[in-house]
Amino acid sequence: MPSIVKEENKRLKTSLVDGTRRHLLDVDDFTRDEIDLVSKTSDAMLEVLARDIKKVPTLRGKVIVTLFYEASTRTRVSFEEAGKLLSADVINVSSSGSSVEKGESLLNTVRTLQATGADLVVVRHQHSGAPYFMARNLESMGVINGGDGWHAHPTQALLDVYTMRRHLGPIGGRKIVIVGDILHSRVARSNLWALTTEGANVVLCAPPTLIPQEFLSGQHRVDEHPLSTVEIETNVEMALDGADVVMPLRLQLERQESGLLPTLREYSKMYGITRERLDLASKDALLLHPGPMNEGVEISPDVAHGSQSLIEEQVRNGVAVRMALLYLLVGATKREETKAEIQ
Amino acid sequence: MTKLGHFLIKNARLLDVITGMDEFGDILVDEGLIKHVGAPLRDGDIPERCRLLNGDGLVVCPGFIDLHTHLREPGYEDKETISTGVAAAVNGGFTTICAMPNTNPPMDNAVTIEYVIQKAALAGKARVLPIGCVTKGSEGKQLAELWEMAQSGAVGFSDDGKPVADSHLMRQALAYSSGLALPVIQHSEDLELSQGSPVNEGWISNRTGLRGWPSVAEESVIARDIALAELTGGRLHVAHITTSGSVDLIRLAKQRGANVTAEVTPHHLTLDERWVLGHDQDGPINGPLGLEAYDTFTKVNPPLRSREDVEALIAGLNEGVIDVIATDHAPQTVIDKLVTYDDAAYGFSGLETAFGLLMTLVHDDRIDLMTLVSKLTVGPLVVLGDAYSDLATLRKGTTADIVVFDPNKDWIVSSEEFNSKGKNTPIEGVRLKGKVVMAFVGGNLVYEQEKLDE
Repeated sequence: MPSIVKEENKRLKTSLVDGTRRHLLDVDDFTRDEIDLVSKTSDAMLEVLARDIKKVPTLRGKVIVTLFYEASTRTRVSFEEAGKLLSADVINVSSSGSSVEKGESLLNTVRTLQATGADLVVVRHQHSGAPYFMARNLESMGVINGGDGWHAHPTQALLDVYTMRRHLGPIGGRKIVIVGDILHSRVARSNLWALTTEGANVVLCAPPTLIPQEFLSGQHRVDEHPLSTVEIETNVEMALDGADVVMPLRLQLERQESGLLPTLREYSKMYGITRERLDLASKDALLLHPGPMNEGVEISPDVAHGSQSLIEEQVRNGVAVRMALLYLLVGATKREETKAEIQ
Repeated sequence: MTKLGHFLIKNARLLDVITGMDEFGDILVDEGLIKHVGAPLRDGDIPERCRLLNGDGLVVCPGFIDLHTHLREPGYEDKETISTGVAAAVNGGFTTICAMPNTNPPMDNAVTIEYVIQKAALAGKARVLPIGCVTKGSEGKQLAELWEMAQSGAVGFSDDGKPVADSHLMRQALAYSSGLALPVIQHSEDLELSQGSPVNEGWISNRTGLRGWPSVAEESVIARDIALAELTGGRLHVAHITTSGSVDLIRLAKQRGANVTAEVTPHHLTLDERWVLGHDQDGPINGPLGLEAYDTFTKVNPPLRSREDVEALIAGLNEGVIDVIATDHAPQTVIDKLVTYDDAAYGFSGLETAFGLLMTLVHDDRIDLMTLVSKLTVGPLVVLGDAYSDLATLRKGTTADIVVFDPNKDWIVSSEEFNSKGKNTPIEGVRLKGKVVMAFVGGNLVYEQEKLDE
């Protein structure tokens, strides 16, 4: 390769552990210590959620904005609830009814939000990398990635790992099977980072049209690749064999329309998680789903609402994990005093 | 513009591919022509009032010819005008540039071709040779009036940026233009396969969640077009090839004697896909993404490719499979790039960094200087034809289109200093070694970076 040298920005490793992390863009740089800290803090937040009066003053005087360019129920509501339970002022901006509708650029929108004095923005955007672009152009406001394109959904991955840990303890060595549209899934991508950091054995299962070409051709199976342990299995019965966790992903109708699948019907028959298929996994295997579900497509209703399903618990844990993250990112300066309040 | 005058550049290294010259000596420019080249002139032979320039440590060669420039005028004057474009060209050593027709309105008829020629004549500086559209409005439906555009001065035809997808129409374009002895220049991209994606398909697309533009989307179109060129006897010039598979296809076609040529850009020869992550090619491909990731200034079509592809392109250049280096200068406004990666406009402002980037290959011993000069001067004649060969040589008596460069000059890329309106460069702040210091067009001194007077 020709030797053209770009002056690298001096990038310091930031961490939630020492309070230096300002943005949460993905979990690709999370250490085990940070995941532990998020889990421990989430435990404390779950206790708050179990109280009769759920509100604590931890983030009083802080302003959090949710800026969603895509539809969302659970991510948006859980962030709003998390902020409010911590006494932050939470402002919701959606693309309709704001200047975004008038064609205001993303850059101007976020700089405006920063100028109003907001401490943190939670953003969801249909374009991969949008939160990076925002964070690079902001000086004082932090950014949490609430889902960007096909790239990342770090808070979902952290709540998934947290949910698994609450039931399994350490998940190192556990077999975790993600079934579905890996190619277009930001949930799968972030989970790959968090789960491999925790030492889990991840198996991706989908028809070849929904698996990134790189995984399909095995190009990731080299020592220096961070996802080299990830296994690909297009046969769902094989994939599920002995699994500790099964996580079907939402399958969108567009995939049928763009020719990646013949029909949702065929997909459901080949890959839908049914009772019989779930029984191939280990006894008491956990069933997670990031939502929203297409019951009858990637998951059958009896499984979705069955005894192994943690889907509603994921939502509840999602509030706790997001409370923990808001606290760790925005409340870090006041950490010592607030610790006492929570306890 | 500086008036015509006598210039004598003394004791420079003189490089000329056509005559095979590579020696130290003097070159005298007078009345727009090269009056002497070679052995040092004796004092008595130096004309009166001649400006004497010290060529120590400098190289003189024919002016560079760029087959692939987007001048944006008419229609997108916020990105570039013909006037700023030619100023950028001579700044980068390009004394002749071929203007791509994806303007607004597109250059798909004689009137717009003549408009561009006239505006360029007013702007002076570099020579501008227009390329006309292959199809009306570059819409890929119906052939444009190729003969009339040729009469008006078009030197080739291209729907650059909007490849001719319809195989039947491409066949007709190659057949029809063969009668005019002009090439069809194809931007090879199967849009169904590339889906208009912004980055190379592979680890980078998987890692970033950006859609991937697979190599096969380029290679499948090249394979088809080669077959059509062989069928029709038409002249096919493949614009900006980027993959190792494309190099193989062109090599095979040439071995079979097909009438096919190919170009490569400076950036595809020197930058790889890792730049999308916001760092250079030595940065970690596997590390976590930092704030600098998704650098929209690295978005270009075709996208930056893998290391293996870059190596194959360099090899293809050395082997002679690739005939031409062309900039694909694609100026954009800053606002076009200050958006998400998906929303960002494609393209690099390339005229003023091309030579410095390419000299990296020379300093790294990947190509030799004569090869580089060849691909920038003689190479483009494969499209322009021998009628323009006077512009690509230092031979005595030919037109004085000349560049002078300092192969060892260190400089730092600063888009603020570009003459181009397009400040969109992925290599802002990068240190390069090798810079054009003077350019002459038709004997006029059109660019002078520093005074070299004795």
